Amino acid sequence: MLEIKDLVCGYDSFLLKNISFKVNSSELVGIIGPNGSGKTTLIRAITKLVKPKEGKIIYQGKDITKLNFKELAREIAVVSQDAHFPEKIKVKDFVLLGRIPHFKRLQFLETNKDLEIADEAMRLTGILKIKDRFLKETSGGERQLVLIARALAQEPKLLLLDEPTTHLDITHKIKILDLIKRLNKKYGLTVLIVLHDLNLASQYCDRLILLKEGEIYKIGTPSEVLTYQIIEEVYKTVVIVKENPLNSRPYIFLVSQEEIRRRQR
Amino acid sequence: MNKKLVNWLGWSLILILVVFIVMLLSLCIGSVKIPLSQIFNPSDKITNEILFKIRLPRIILGFAVGGALAIAGVILQGLFRNPLVEPYTLGISGGAGVFVCLNIVLKIYQKFGVITFPIAGFLGAGLVIILVYILSIKKGKLRIQGLLLTGVMISFISSSLIMLIMAVTKSENLHGIVFWIMGCLEEPNTFLVKMTLLISILGLLISYIFCLDLNAFSCGEEEAHHLGIDVEKTKRLLFILASVLTGVCVSVAGIIGFVGLLVPHLMRMFVGEDHRILLLSSYLCGAGFLIFSDTLARTIISPLELPVGVITGVIGGTLFIYVLTKRGK
Repeated sequence: MLEIKDLVCGYDSFLLKNISFKVNSSELVGIIGPNGSGKTTLIRAITKLVKPKEGKIIYQGKDITKLNFKELAREIAVVSQDAHFPEKIKVKDFVLLGRIPHFKRLQFLETNKDLEIADEAMRLTGILKIKDRFLKETSGGERQLVLIARALAQEPKLLLLDEPTTHLDITHKIKILDLIKRLNKKYGLTVLIVLHDLNLASQYCDRLILLKEGEIYKIGTPSEVLTYQIIEEVYKTVVIVKENPLNSRPYIFLVSQEEIRRRQR
Repeated sequence: MNKKLVNWLGWSLILILVVFIVMLLSLCIGSVKIPLSQIFNPSDKITNEILFKIRLPRIILGFAVGGALAIAGVILQGLFRNPLVEPYTLGISGGAGVFVCLNIVLKIYQKFGVITFPIAGFLGAGLVIILVYILSIKKGKLRIQGLLLTGVMISFISSSLIMLIMAVTKSENLHGIVFWIMGCLEEPNTFLVKMTLLISILGLLISYIFCLDLNAFSCGEEEAHHLGIDVEKTKRLLFILASVLTGVCVSVAGIIGFVGLLVPHLMRMFVGEDHRILLLSSYLCGAGFLIFSDTLARTIISPLELPVGVITGVIGGTLFIYVLTKRGK
């Protein structure tokens, strides 16, 4: 579905180099890596916010530089980290903004189909009951769901999420990731998700892409990527990796400095 | 039918009605009171003259300028996502002001007539627009925050230049400068009135091409990009549109503050954030507000006349403070 070939892109201060990977249809792929390793830049490259200096990004056989913004927005939706929430707008109207890429030339109002799709997006994300609330009256967790609903209203085939669970409590973290997993399994939505929490990434993703200083360090299943040698090398942190007894996926335990010192004695 | 559309049509009708009533009121009152029954078939020639040669052009100009300033405000506030931006924040009025002052001081208008006022204003406005625009572009991208800062600084520089001109000029020129700075809707040249109306209505129509883009902008530039908007192109076109509208208004009517700030703010409270209705309702409300203010300006101390900018400033500012403090409670 998505293929990235020898991509080089970035800014003056930071460059992504030698990025090559494929995302297959209906896959749930996680992007992990330390702060500043280029996770967000990679997402920005796929949405054409950052132009590639070298290499190609190919979406369903087409070079994305050949697609215009609107065509791209009908295929790929993004839930980004720093969305701005206008205050005096209702949840349902905010979700309807996701229909904009589907508006025809000179179309002024949403059609009934647009309204149905937005309703469906709100039903899937479980926010139908707050649809008449103003955005300023919603909690952080609800806002994240509203953002996802807006992305779903775009009817994307590929969903990109940039740390959708940061700053949320575990209830909302699990709720959002379960939702994404369900969309992925039930509707075959392809998902590329940036996650900070390695354990969540391990539990939910089919494959992981580990970035280090702008380059891909390792791609593979969670048990291939999340070994203690790799994590200690990339994150410069001592960890212990054990299998989760429920699904035999790796689970990472952090080790404090004090603990290390005590053990060494 | 679509509930939203009914709601929007309702608001539009109410506002059209209000503007119409304000227009009639403005035709009736003044230093000569004309009864309502006379408006549609004036009995004598003098009444006819007052209605259609003096009052109507002012009303039309008020309509065009008020509407244009209001949508320029809506567009800029939408672009900056900052409800406190108004057309004059970009320094456009300052640039126009400096050029008009030069026109008065250098007595260019004595040679080429009053038409030089709007031309000088437009040249000044245009110069500032180009300057602000070039200074705010970095690496091919228009930096909105930079635009705001540059605009505010240019405003300061131009008002200092105006003060410099006022300080060194003869006192006979001062009255003209002061009156222009405070804004006035009297415009003897009917061609200019018609042109302003045309540009103002065209501006409204063009702004509607971008109404959905403006909605998308309300969640931020990157989000608008993710919704398939060509952000750079849209930003440029909207900035140019807002600038040209402001430039035309300033050059014809002088500096009329607060319309572009207050009206969009009020309308947002009534009709919501959706630009599909916000643009039209702000246009109508701005038009009505300015015609009303101008009527007050020429009647309050009649037969003398106040600059309309004073009225919009006082009414607008008071209303704004009232609305803000009331909302805080």
